[in-house]
Amino acid sequence: MDFLEGNLELRERQRLEGHTDRVWSLAWNPATGVCGIPAMLASCSGDKTVRIWQQGPSGSWDCSAVLEDNHTRTVRSCAWSPSGKLLATASFDATTAIWECVGGDFECVATLEGHENEVKSVSWDASGSLLATCGRDKTVWIWEMQPGNEFECVSVLQGHTQDVKMVQWHPFMEVLVSVSYDNSVKIWAEDGDSDDWHCVQTLNEASSGHTSTVWAVSFNSNGDRMATCSDDLTLKIWDTSAKASETSGSSCGSWRHLCTISGYHDRTIFSVNWSRDGVIASGAADDAIRLFFESKDNSVDVPSYKLLLKKEKAHDMDVKLSAMESKGT
Amino acid sequence: MVTGLINANPIVYERKERRVRSAPTDIDEYAEEPIDQLEIFDHIRDIKDPEHPYSLEELKVVTEDSVEVNDRHSYVRVTFTPTVEHCSMATVIGLCLRVKLLRSLPSRYKVDVRIAPGTHATEAAVNKQLNDKERVAAALENPNLLEMVNECLAPTFA
Repeated sequence: MDFLEGNLELRERQRLEGHTDRVWSLAWNPATGVCGIPAMLASCSGDKTVRIWQQGPSGSWDCSAVLEDNHTRTVRSCAWSPSGKLLATASFDATTAIWECVGGDFECVATLEGHENEVKSVSWDASGSLLATCGRDKTVWIWEMQPGNEFECVSVLQGHTQDVKMVQWHPFMEVLVSVSYDNSVKIWAEDGDSDDWHCVQTLNEASSGHTSTVWAVSFNSNGDRMATCSDDLTLKIWDTSAKASETSGSSCGSWRHLCTISGYHDRTIFSVNWSRDGVIASGAADDAIRLFFESKDNSVDVPSYKLLLKKEKAHDMDVKLSAMESKGT
Repeated sequence: MVTGLINANPIVYERKERRVRSAPTDIDEYAEEPIDQLEIFDHIRDIKDPEHPYSLEELKVVTEDSVEVNDRHSYVRVTFTPTVEHCSMATVIGLCLRVKLLRSLPSRYKVDVRIAPGTHATEAAVNKQLNDKERVAAALENPNLLEMVNECLAPTFA
């Protein structure tokens, strides 16, 4: 499909109601929606619960489970393991809970403690054996899953000078990216020799980085580009020459600024998501969703991204989106 | 806890006389009146200062002119002036303004709260916190802070 031709439209299919406070984040279960398995979605909220939604045979979505009586404050972020069997939920109550799906029911099988205050994001790596969390205490924690749903903290990464807003693993490399209120993006990898995790690169203002809080990051499907979004009203595209075969720390730190998408947003961009088809979606504080695509006809070397469409009033309030689905606060 | 007040002797100003709104000549009962500067100021003028038994209006922390509103674009900006340059209550005052406007205005409204330029030592840092939705939400889950904010807002709901 050539996105740049013709009229694109974003239509709301259904409004999922149930949460009693703002919805902060959601995540698609990766093992569903294919091979006849009905699609499954998890949403987490300021009402301290997580809701699981499933698409029924008629195509409409229903809430199939409510994960409650666990977190004591806002649940800020959730992430499914690659197998789709586990769900990690990060909360302002400083804990991260791990839930296991057993025949439609969810049971909390582990609670990760350690952060000093609000945990803001959680991400599983491609293998499903590592989990990363981050929070207002300025740290990023890496946990390793052991047999019996036990989790061991492998490393506490210091380096950010402020609140860390989001962590995201590379789609296939053991490389972690974190973005922060300190306006920077950090790349973390394991040192080949010592198995110590450390910061291999920092993308800040000096590297053509953001000039205000960076809220989110999303990799493209190839893993050779990533998009970041910020309170500075821009999206930035970064690329790397590091190859999948080179897993040593030094080559992972070769991200460079490719281009900046500016002039399209006039309020904080909270969320960005790079779809498998290459469409970059942004969710912003002006209640709108914008879709961008790389424009190919270019006489210049530097890639540029065109706005495909802007959906105003996509929600009644600010938009944060996840994997081509969005929810309002 | 600091035992002494940060600003023990604030300057107290006289309250501005409240303008009585005149009844509109054409009464269309179903038309929504656009929200204007005075209406927004009315929401915030009686917020109590966290430290002193005076309102933000009496201490000139906010004035009618410190409110910029564009109803058509559902946008409001409030610029407040702390009484002292090193006022550590600045974030609390900012939070009070946010919460009061959140509770009083239609949900379509986008609110910016800022410190008047040049009136505070860590203005950029305070502004950044006040305009970070996640930080504000987390702060308001702190029961002690929430209680302080509610106490400051109590006179405005009378």
